[in-house]
Amino acid sequence: MRGIVFYAASIMAIASALLCITRRSPVASALWLVNVLFNLSVVYVLLDAHFIAAVQILVYAGAIMVLFLFVIMLLNVGRPGPTDIKGAGGKVIAAVAGLIMLGELIALSRVTLPENLGLPDGAVARMVETQGAVQVIAMPLFQQYLVPFELTSVMLLAAVVGAVVLAKKKI
Amino acid sequence: MFLAPSLVISAILFTIGVVGVLLRRNAIVIFICVELMLNAVNLTFIALSRQLGLDGQVFVFFVMTVAAAEAAVGLAIIIALYRHRDTVNLDDINLLRG
Repeated sequence: MRGIVFYAASIMAIASALLCITRRSPVASALWLVNVLFNLSVVYVLLDAHFIAAVQILVYAGAIMVLFLFVIMLLNVGRPGPTDIKGAGGKVIAAVAGLIMLGELIALSRVTLPENLGLPDGAVARMVETQGAVQVIAMPLFQQYLVPFELTSVMLLAAVVGAVVLAKKKI
Repeated sequence: MFLAPSLVISAILFTIGVVGVLLRRNAIVIFICVELMLNAVNLTFIALSRQLGLDGQVFVFFVMTVAAAEAAVGLAIIIALYRHRDTVNLDDINLLRG
């Protein structure tokens, strides 16, 4: 059952990604990306990352994609105009680069992990069961990665200030 | 369980993102393709975190934060660009080409 859901969500994610890069209208692209994000969050749940799956929907599909749609609306580029997909030369370059990357990445993904690094099968699932989905993230986040976490808040502040300054009428 | 297929799916999604960046001219769509690539990498982190410990999920958390900041700043740059050039087509924005 888990296998069926996993493969169904994966195939839908890949199909949505393909539609996302081929649709002419930016709004359609953004909405197909939302579909990719939802399907990926299904995959995350099956990979025992429940908290990340929830954050994926709240932050990515909820906040970031709304930002994208808002900018598309603001710039009034939502209606499908003349296609912006490159001509034959660009298509050949994209196809060649894509095939090379796919070969490299799939070759790399066949690498097996060294035995002594791996947790036993189902260890993360047991941790989620005993500690809860949020605590398994919160413990390393607020102990081992506390300094990066605090630095992230500084980065977000810088991004907010930068975005406001850049989008002002006169720069 | 699911490790090898997850890595292959992530590779396919990343490649689709790269092809999208190379194929399109609209700056916003290229940005959407970059988000697709970030998500592919997140999937790799999550898949490997089941074997290598939960640090991978913490990294995904940080990647999402950086992606949010990047989206805000990048879209602000696109808005500023649109104000100056009245287009988001990257072929028309060639000031540095000479």
